[in-house]
Amino acid sequence: MFTLITKRLIQLIPTIFFVSVLIFLLQQLLPGDPALVMAGEEKDPEVIEQIRKRYRLDQPLPIQYLAWIGGVFRGDLGESMRLSEPVSTLVAQKLPVTVQLAVMAMIFTLGIGIPAGIISAVKKDTAWDYVVNVVALWGISTPNFWLGIMLIFLFSVQLGWLPASGYVSPFEDFRASMAATIMPAFVLGNSFAGVIMRHTRAAMLQVMESDYVRTARAKGLDERTVILKHGLRNALTPVITLGALEFGTLLSGAVLTEQIFSIPGFGKLIVDAVFNRDYAVVQGVVLVTATTYIVLNLLADIGYILANPRLRT
Amino acid sequence: MTTLRQTLAWTASAFLLAASISGAAAQQSVLRIGLAEDPDVLDPTRARTYVGRIVFASICDKLFDIDDKLAIVPQLALSHETSADGKTVTIKLRPGVKFHDGEAMDAEAVKFSLERHMTMQGSFRRPELSAIDKVEVVDPLTVRLLLKQPFSPLLSQLTDRAGMMVSPKAARELGERFGSAPVCAGPYRFVERVQQDRIVVERFADYWNKDQVTIGRIEYRPITDATVRLANLRSGQLDLIERALATDIPQIRANAQLRMAAGVDLGYQGVTLNIAKSDAGKQGFGRDPRIIQAFSLAIDRQALNQVVFNGAAMPGNQWINPQNPYYQSRFPVPQRDVAKARQLMQAAGVTGPLSIDFMVPNNPEVRQIAEVLQAMTAEVGFDLKIRVTEFATSLQEAEQGRYQAYMLNWSGRTDPDGNLFSFHGCRQPLNYSGYCNPAADALLAEARTKTDPAERKAIYEKLTEILINEGGIVYLYHRPVVIVHSARLEGFRAFPDGLVRVVGLKFRGN
Repeated sequence: MFTLITKRLIQLIPTIFFVSVLIFLLQQLLPGDPALVMAGEEKDPEVIEQIRKRYRLDQPLPIQYLAWIGGVFRGDLGESMRLSEPVSTLVAQKLPVTVQLAVMAMIFTLGIGIPAGIISAVKKDTAWDYVVNVVALWGISTPNFWLGIMLIFLFSVQLGWLPASGYVSPFEDFRASMAATIMPAFVLGNSFAGVIMRHTRAAMLQVMESDYVRTARAKGLDERTVILKHGLRNALTPVITLGALEFGTLLSGAVLTEQIFSIPGFGKLIVDAVFNRDYAVVQGVVLVTATTYIVLNLLADIGYILANPRLRT
Repeated sequence: MTTLRQTLAWTASAFLLAASISGAAAQQSVLRIGLAEDPDVLDPTRARTYVGRIVFASICDKLFDIDDKLAIVPQLALSHETSADGKTVTIKLRPGVKFHDGEAMDAEAVKFSLERHMTMQGSFRRPELSAIDKVEVVDPLTVRLLLKQPFSPLLSQLTDRAGMMVSPKAARELGERFGSAPVCAGPYRFVERVQQDRIVVERFADYWNKDQVTIGRIEYRPITDATVRLANLRSGQLDLIERALATDIPQIRANAQLRMAAGVDLGYQGVTLNIAKSDAGKQGFGRDPRIIQAFSLAIDRQALNQVVFNGAAMPGNQWINPQNPYYQSRFPVPQRDVAKARQLMQAAGVTGPLSIDFMVPNNPEVRQIAEVLQAMTAEVGFDLKIRVTEFATSLQEAEQGRYQAYMLNWSGRTDPDGNLFSFHGCRQPLNYSGYCNPAADALLAEARTKTDPAERKAIYEKLTEILINEGGIVYLYHRPVVIVHSARLEGFRAFPDGLVRVVGLKFRGN
């Protein structure tokens, strides 16, 4: 088993290398000259030349790539052209914000989706089931930006309960942090909660019709124990898998939500960077996101191996 | 079911907890300003965004400023004098001014700052100050600028970032990192910045005009979405926002808690026409100047203003707005004249619809204008093919002449030269149309050498006559600058450059 995990870890290196080349090349396909954008309104030709030189934009692609990847190995992700800040500083500043948002969204997603799915499955074909299904469908199909703006108008402008935008770190002021992130986290987790609910429902229905649940009932166990101990525990495995994979999606899906609520996270960073052709920032952020994703996947795989002895060959 | 109940209880208490925080108790000594974008680097030498200038207004004073009539007034300077030949400008400085680090803001510091703007690697101020040959210290409170040639727009450059003075000590210590902790001589000192989240400044106790500064702290918060920015102001999380939407004006007026200051920006929105930038130009507007005139006459600028801005913009036909002292009233905004436009098209030999590749940056407002133009010009024989293009891409396309008409906005400069020279001068960097006329070029250059406004205006009149008939830009309107603030905030005055000047602001009851 140790060899298997080592093998998977070694496989990681070419994957990340491949991703880094891909990020670099894809970005070159973007039309729009970064030096032109950087030069701002005035566009003095001399200034444009200086920018090209300073950021090596005048050099051939392989050299630009080697300079970048060489820096990455030394822990240097380059410097933002627009903000004149090291990309690693920006990443270190923004990543925790988005992670907090994603974790909270995940709590919403599971906290709402799983119980609703159970209710819907247990009360199949009753009014409960229909209501939950309609709500789930609504959740899946409501666009984030629309829901975000509606919530801002309701909770910030009309009721004045929650701040309309901005971010406070939980280590600075926990209550303010929760107040600032509760709406965006809800918006971010909203559509995924619907997905989780439907998966939970489907899995529960399947499990509840299985032999061991019938056996458990036949043994005279009360319904609650049957549902929670025998049903849910088995139904949950595929749902959790989906959740783990989806966590990565939440991280990258925060782009729109962060934009609406002006949350200074990864999403906002990359949107601004793409529009300003701030190559170093785009490359750095995408590389960090991709690596996180790959590592999460690896951890999930290792988890499977540990959980399922049949995979340990 | 216990877990479910616990989950529900937890969620409910989280909501209650959040609700109890309600509206983050407002502190009267903090002014919270909502910006439309996140500024770039906060170093006056290397900054290039409009929004950055709004923040600089509280941190970095300039040698000169403009007043609400666009006249140049002293700020860190006391007075200035230009020699008869226009090649020497002597500036007297305000005594007793200090930078935020306690260093003296004297002639040596001015020399240092100007030379930094002129020579530093990556400086965006270099072209603005290119007329200066040398900076001399005459005495501790007098500097002399020796110019290569007379250059009348220079003073107006010194009312913007080129005129911002930085502490030599801090600039030497921080070098390229100066923008991470700018040290200037403005009313507020830089405290901290979290990229894309906030910029915080606090009152500078030794400011030369400190009696006028009563608010203790200012927080600038970038919020890109105009609707969300206004929602923040309405919910009391912000005290002032810049660049509100013109379409929100009725709603703002109806709200007793809000005050609005609307002005007209210094720049313009226009359609840049490819005349000779590439072959694409020669097949379109470059064929005959009468096609340009027909295009302009086909447009009902009043209707455009009503449809898109509820009448809040100002229709225009020149590079400056009709309120500007340099506006040429001999050439008023033309009325739409379809019959005449059709005649001109015929005279230019256009038979059948003239297909035009119309590049439009991806912005809802601008797209709407493009559609209105499409409908209006169709009546006189244009067939505008709207091509919505992301902004950075559109810049490159324009640079390479891959367009026939391009919807482009210019934020504007206080001196008319800043809206003209680079756009219409032969082979100038912003001349996307490829227009080049030696007669116009000579007038552009001549206007730069005159310091007397009347003389300059007379030169610009001749220029207007040329450009209005054959120039590469058809001007449409001047954007409204809408700044909205809470009724609690007093003393706010709108300036033509749309910047938020913080000196003199106070909260009611303070």
